[in-house]
Amino acid sequence: MSYMKEFLKGLVKENPTLVSLLGMCPTLAVTVSASNALGMGAAATFVLICSNLVISLLKDIIPKQVRLPAYIVIIAGFVTVAGFILQAYLPDIYDALGIFLPLITVNCIILGRAEMFASKNKPLVSVCDGLGMGVGFTLAMLAVGSVREIFGSGTWFGIQLRPDFIEPMSIFIYPAGGFFVLGCVIALVNKLSKRTAPAATGCAACPNKEGCAGGCDGKGDE
Amino acid sequence: MELARSMMMILLTGILTDNFVLSKFMGICPFLGVSKKASSSLGMGCAVTAVMVGATAVTYPLYHAFLVPMGLEYMNTILFILIIALFVQVVEMVLKKYVTSLYNALGVYLPLITTNCAVLGVTLLNIESDYSFIESLVNALGAGLGFMLAMLIFSGVRGRLERCDIPKSFQGMPITLVAASIVSLSFLGFGGIVDGLFGGAV
Repeated sequence: MSYMKEFLKGLVKENPTLVSLLGMCPTLAVTVSASNALGMGAAATFVLICSNLVISLLKDIIPKQVRLPAYIVIIAGFVTVAGFILQAYLPDIYDALGIFLPLITVNCIILGRAEMFASKNKPLVSVCDGLGMGVGFTLAMLAVGSVREIFGSGTWFGIQLRPDFIEPMSIFIYPAGGFFVLGCVIALVNKLSKRTAPAATGCAACPNKEGCAGGCDGKGDE
Repeated sequence: MELARSMMMILLTGILTDNFVLSKFMGICPFLGVSKKASSSLGMGCAVTAVMVGATAVTYPLYHAFLVPMGLEYMNTILFILIIALFVQVVEMVLKKYVTSLYNALGVYLPLITTNCAVLGVTLLNIESDYSFIESLVNALGAGLGFMLAMLIFSGVRGRLERCDIPKSFQGMPITLVAASIVSLSFLGFGGIVDGLFGGAV
């Protein structure tokens, strides 16, 4: 079943955050708590599904030379919609995500999927791909967010986990803790999957480097 | 004097305490991707600083001249990203035509900047923090210089990392992130330095 395959590959095999190493900024920034991670993941998944669908439908209409600006405008439109929805129904999450909500526009994952998948495939398959990638992104952020919240604040989704006499290690909710936890989670994934680490890091190792307009076109290491 | 003091505060806050890369997590992709060598860090840093200041100079007046009177503030993300993409394109073309030597030095970094979230981030933050036009420009300059400083420091750290014996599963990205964590920790030490230098908030 190819729809199922496209969905599942985003979860584990091609997980955008932990395997492809894309979308680092939101992964690090909003994961101070598990609920923020979930909110960010849901917003990004919504944008991914919608932009994949629309780009896949429009793939024969958009001229090749202006496709990247066109994709960015489509994505920015859905990001604005996602912002409205969150502001109306989940104002707490909206405030917590802050500047990173509009910054979904320049998230490498979304532009990368538009260029690598949606512009070459049928609408329904593209939706499955977007859903898979979005859920994979959400799960990765949830993992990082849970570790940081449990160690840094002693809570999980706001539920008190630690007894009162233990001081939480607040370094985990500082920026430094974000880098550290994400590094350890990726190392753990490497260990479990016995994947040989890619020789290059960052943009050079990115599988989307051919397509991504920005940070991922492989020019970074020149 | 008062003006100079507040400008200095915004500038130093952007460079040290609220460093865009290490405290606000913006522009992580180029930070991790391009910081292998000091020379490329410097080139990327200069290009980003120039685009940040330029993009702020364009987006700020447009936001206040068009979007606010028409009640279209919520369109800022779409407008700003288009302007940044356009701006980067124009800078690239102008440099290529007239300042070839500078283009050869910075050219490869320019296309990377459109999707650098630090650039969109600084333009949006300027609007959000209700800065005046001059304050916005200074803030953009501070953000760009802070980005460059973080990249330069980190390129030195990475040079050392190359020669270390790293456990297999930590090789590549994981150890880079852990190293970034330690650099970020050192920037935590700058907390309060700006208030200390200039005697509290203005």
